[in-house]
Amino acid sequence: MDKLITVSPSPHIHSGQSVEKLMYGVVIALVPAFIVSLFFYGIGAIIITGISIISCILFEYLIQKFLLKTEVRIADGSAMVTGLLLAFNLPSNLPWWIIIIGALVSIGIGKMTFGGLGNNPFNPALVGRVFLLISFPVQMTSYPVPSGMSTPYISNIEGFTGPTPLGILKEGLKQGTPVAELMRDLPSHLDLFVGNMGGSMGEIAGAALLLGMLYLLIRKIITWHIPVSIIATVFLFTGILYLINPVKNADPLFHILTGGLLLGAIFMATDYVTSPMTPPGMLIYGVGIGLITIIIRVYGAYPEGVSFAILIMNGFVPLLNRYIKPKRFGEEVKNG
Amino acid sequence: MLKTFTKGGVHPAENKLSVNQKIIDLDLPASVSIPISMHLGVPSKPLVEKGSEVKVGQLIAAGAGFVSANIHSPFSGKILKLDKSLDTSGYKRDSIFIDIEGDTWLPEIDRSSDIKKEFSYSAEEIIQKIKDAGIVGLGGATFPSHVKLSIPRGRKAEYLIINGVECEPYLTADHVLMLEKSEELLIGTSLLMKGLKVDKAVIGIENNKPDAIEKLQKIALNYKGISVQALKVKYPQGGEKQLIKSILNREVPSGGLPVDIGAVVFNVGTAFAVYEAIQKNKPLIERIVTVTGKKLKKPSNFRVRIGTPIKMLIEAAGGLPDDTGKVINGGPMMGKALPDTSIPVVKGSSGILLIPAEESKRKKVEPCIRCSKCVSVCPLGLEPYLLMALSQKSLFERLEAERVMDCIECGSCSYICPSGRPLLDYIRLGKSEVGKIIRSRKK
Repeated sequence: MDKLITVSPSPHIHSGQSVEKLMYGVVIALVPAFIVSLFFYGIGAIIITGISIISCILFEYLIQKFLLKTEVRIADGSAMVTGLLLAFNLPSNLPWWIIIIGALVSIGIGKMTFGGLGNNPFNPALVGRVFLLISFPVQMTSYPVPSGMSTPYISNIEGFTGPTPLGILKEGLKQGTPVAELMRDLPSHLDLFVGNMGGSMGEIAGAALLLGMLYLLIRKIITWHIPVSIIATVFLFTGILYLINPVKNADPLFHILTGGLLLGAIFMATDYVTSPMTPPGMLIYGVGIGLITIIIRVYGAYPEGVSFAILIMNGFVPLLNRYIKPKRFGEEVKNG
Repeated sequence: MLKTFTKGGVHPAENKLSVNQKIIDLDLPASVSIPISMHLGVPSKPLVEKGSEVKVGQLIAAGAGFVSANIHSPFSGKILKLDKSLDTSGYKRDSIFIDIEGDTWLPEIDRSSDIKKEFSYSAEEIIQKIKDAGIVGLGGATFPSHVKLSIPRGRKAEYLIINGVECEPYLTADHVLMLEKSEELLIGTSLLMKGLKVDKAVIGIENNKPDAIEKLQKIALNYKGISVQALKVKYPQGGEKQLIKSILNREVPSGGLPVDIGAVVFNVGTAFAVYEAIQKNKPLIERIVTVTGKKLKKPSNFRVRIGTPIKMLIEAAGGLPDDTGKVINGGPMMGKALPDTSIPVVKGSSGILLIPAEESKRKKVEPCIRCSKCVSVCPLGLEPYLLMALSQKSLFERLEAERVMDCIECGSCSYICPSGRPLLDYIRLGKSEVGKIIRSRKK
């Protein structure tokens, strides 16, 4: 033979799957929820998302180029996903400079300090979000009242901001008001489902988030294990509490549709890098997130809790990967 | 719902380009080199020397030991020399060089196309004839067939499974064989059933070959105990363990053999070779080879004598395309890239695949994003990302505990990895090291 040919071990074909395709797949899955936010919160949704994405990508670029002096990998889409998810976890009237701080913490501390993509133990967007929640509790918990496309960006005017449904619940219960009475002031389940409530920018739109989940499942970007185990655990746990004492506990559907549970279960907890590698590990992780979320909501000081629950379970992931193994072929031989 | 195996698997583009091509006989070359190691096990011992005259079908190298196989001359002519020559392993190995003169066959070989159905051999006679004919597994693993037929003491075969899955993309050799040699295949299956002393045989075929399923189903009605099972298309269903799981819903235990759970598997090509060996006195000297590739002019299925240089096959299929980047012996998932096209066809060559240059280079390796796709596609329930990491760190004890030796090297993990990581490369490395450790422990 007079020409050179490549000799390499099998397999000789590749699926064409790539990090970029997976990451941009997540971006596509978040579009419906973004559109709903735009519909209820107006220009603020665009500003928050834009600032968050741009600063996440920029910080990743600066850190890779000048601090770590490694290959710049901003095109892989992971910084964009972090930016998008951080934005989805912020109120849409948050001052721009707080968003930039959040992006710096997410990318800098949450991701790059550990060595960048694939190495961070905790979900970067949640690291940023929780940092902001603790550092700027007032700004982070005053949500604009959803008033349509014309909602102004800076709306610290009295009457334009309000608490989340879970905030109202928590406050009301503290004063001894029964749940049934509180529910009268709260948005209906249908409103919760379509996203007509106060809350972080991307957490409000239950229906749109579920649509995103469907897309992720069909494209096989995620498997059902994590979202389903979280949602089922929350449903069962709050269901039991509700049956025991409906005066003090909200119904399960209310819990599932509020407080970013769906956003967390579908998009945050399923983050590849920080979730378990095996299906049984994923189920344990999901159940853990569900339980911790409700413990925080019902018995803790915070009205929500999904962010904390995910971060806590992120910490258990190495342990789950080490000890929870997939069922091996030929392990239990049941013949016939 | 069609049957299939439950754990893992992938679905690569099928690209069965040569699917409608009838089997064509290839012309004879002028001279060839026949490697004496075309099977799994000990290389055969040459029985000829320089200057010997040989006829087609004559024994030229004898199996050396139990796990070994006879080799018969596929050509007539004179032995040129015994020397080293490049073979499909990519290394130079001992081979028998033949200068071909004419095409004189041993007289006892029945070259007619008459189908001979009746036989009255005992199981032992059948196994002996298969051993004499040098038959090895033609699916690619080339394990000597008489060894598989010799059931270890204390075990009992219950089912014969005939593998007509052909799950490798591009390859169609088994498919055309099932269509054109259906009757012979079923007779071969009956012979194997007799040899194994089983009364049940199942031919497993993936559902992308409906014509073969229909034809064999119809003919199988005349054969007692043989049924045809259509299977859902999923790679690597042609793997022995996966095929048994698909058909019988039994799992071969880790480190065990199929016969531990009562099954013995043979490829359709092997069953056909068994028919020819026993009913027609014809040893294993030729096989069906698919020659294919996206840029190839005429993707084809040839009946080829063992030892024919693969460049002759490529010429007959329209010539080597200019931008060929890789020449593969076998399919794209498990085949071996060859360094040269003068290498001969061997008993295990099911196909020659030409991959264009633009598809020959691997993807850039990126960091593991822990997407766990490798875990979900592994048909053995292993964790390829972990095995790779442990192999890189030379943690062989943990590698063994994580069952690296169960890996069948199907390549699904490397195929699916979005970061293009060389998972299987490192797993192979780990397997070879762990294999050494296990062997030294046994001593």
